Amino acid sequence: MNTLLQAVVDGIMMGAIYGLTALGLTLIFGVMKVVNFAHGSLLMVGMFAAYWFIKLTGIHPYLALVVVPPVLFFFGYFMQDIVIKPVFKAEREVREPLTVIIVTTGVWYVLDNLALMLFGAEYRTVRTAITGISFSLDSIIVSLPKLSGFVVSVGTAVGLWCFMRKTRIGRALQATSLDRETANLMGVNQYRIYNIAFGIGTAVAGVAGCVIIPFYYVYPSVGVVFDIRAFIIVVLGGLGSIRGAMLGGIVIGLVESVFSQFMTSTWTEAIIYAIFLTILFVKPSGLLGNKLDW
Amino acid sequence: MPLLSVENIDVFYGDVQIIHGLSLIVKEGEVVSIVGGNGAGKSTLLRTISGLLQPRSGTIHFKGEAIHKMAPERIVERGIVHVPEGRKLFSLMSVADNLHMGAYTPKAHKLRGESLRKVYDFLPRLSERQKQTAMTLSGGEQQMVAIGRGLMALPVILMLDEPSLGLAPIMAKSIFDLLRRIADTGVTVLLVEQDVGHSLRLSDRAYVLEHGKVALEGKAEELIDNKYIKSAYLGM
Repeated sequence: MNTLLQAVVDGIMMGAIYGLTALGLTLIFGVMKVVNFAHGSLLMVGMFAAYWFIKLTGIHPYLALVVVPPVLFFFGYFMQDIVIKPVFKAEREVREPLTVIIVTTGVWYVLDNLALMLFGAEYRTVRTAITGISFSLDSIIVSLPKLSGFVVSVGTAVGLWCFMRKTRIGRALQATSLDRETANLMGVNQYRIYNIAFGIGTAVAGVAGCVIIPFYYVYPSVGVVFDIRAFIIVVLGGLGSIRGAMLGGIVIGLVESVFSQFMTSTWTEAIIYAIFLTILFVKPSGLLGNKLDW
Repeated sequence: MPLLSVENIDVFYGDVQIIHGLSLIVKEGEVVSIVGGNGAGKSTLLRTISGLLQPRSGTIHFKGEAIHKMAPERIVERGIVHVPEGRKLFSLMSVADNLHMGAYTPKAHKLRGESLRKVYDFLPRLSERQKQTAMTLSGGEQQMVAIGRGLMALPVILMLDEPSLGLAPIMAKSIFDLLRRIADTGVTVLLVEQDVGHSLRLSDRAYVLEHGKVALEGKAEELIDNKYIKSAYLGM
């Protein structure tokens, strides 16, 4: 019973962090209708940014949270502006521009290999102020980096959700996702909105990087570990839905952690996909997706 | 000097020419309608004025400034507000959020509180429904939101594309009444309509479009009595 409870607590904490890794993906997809294959690489960039920042300054990882995401915002903003926008403009009549997806795949390869060139292939870890610390509640052991990751993840999701609903730019992001042309008639410059969406998506990947680095290693292709899971989470929760990404993340986290109590981890992967397919079979638009958004 | 003048424009969709050498003017404070059948180029004309399309040749001037090469977001800032055909609301957003989106330009954004109050005064129905998702409204209410959203942008000239489309006759009539009230506040109105009778009665002047050209133009009251209009558009 205790191990089960322990597994549930671990699963929820890790699941929220998975949700965080998927938030940027769902946001960019929701606004731009582009599946961003570079998302894992952006996570990698976020993790390396957090890694170097903490390593070189010896700063507390919570402080990295204030520095890394804004830097990543500009990185994403200008990457969309310089690399992706020209292709978007050429495909302006298309609702879901496929060539843009191919460009994001190119970005993925370029970023991963740049990281390989610059930092080498080794797995790197950095001991932060919270690495390895845990405390026990009753009989349950809570890892501090994961607990703080959970809190940051939920906070980021809530913050993003409010931003989308309550601010002028957030509404413009929503409006552009629903109808680009009409948003344009309202005075929204869609390409600037895309820059912002990409910037926010990348900034959230930066948050995820800061959260993950205290308990995980980073290497140039680390993105792949998280982005396949992020894709599942986003589709499971409903494409474009912020709450859906968090819920999807927690579902995946729970399944992974609870089932691994009873079977080997290769089996839990299979079960994750089985549950994923079942949910899609019953609800094709995902748990919280809106089927009318199509 | 007219408020808006379109001179000799040619507009294409790909290789297909929709508008052929069309010219028209709208003076300040006027209500001008553009009438004509399906495929006459009415919507294309509005889309060209609002910048969604660019003319291959010809010019468009607003208050003396050339706007035919500007992007839509620049044009709406100048007070040329396009209420598109089929309402085009942001379907999953609330009525209030749709109205807020209308006030996106920096200037309109600053005055959004006041504009919102005015729109709710004008259209009390919307105030009752401000929290409701736009998609769940009736056709007439959706059209009201679309017009209200246009008003939020502080229009100098409000261009409406078939606001009565798909509405029950009584609802269509109340939309025309609303347009009258908007025009009475001093907003210049450029109205595209298939409902020729109603729109001519509302307007000062009108242009009849056929095959992307102006077939007839004149004072609305004279066009109502025009034989050709009567037989071709009013079924008399």
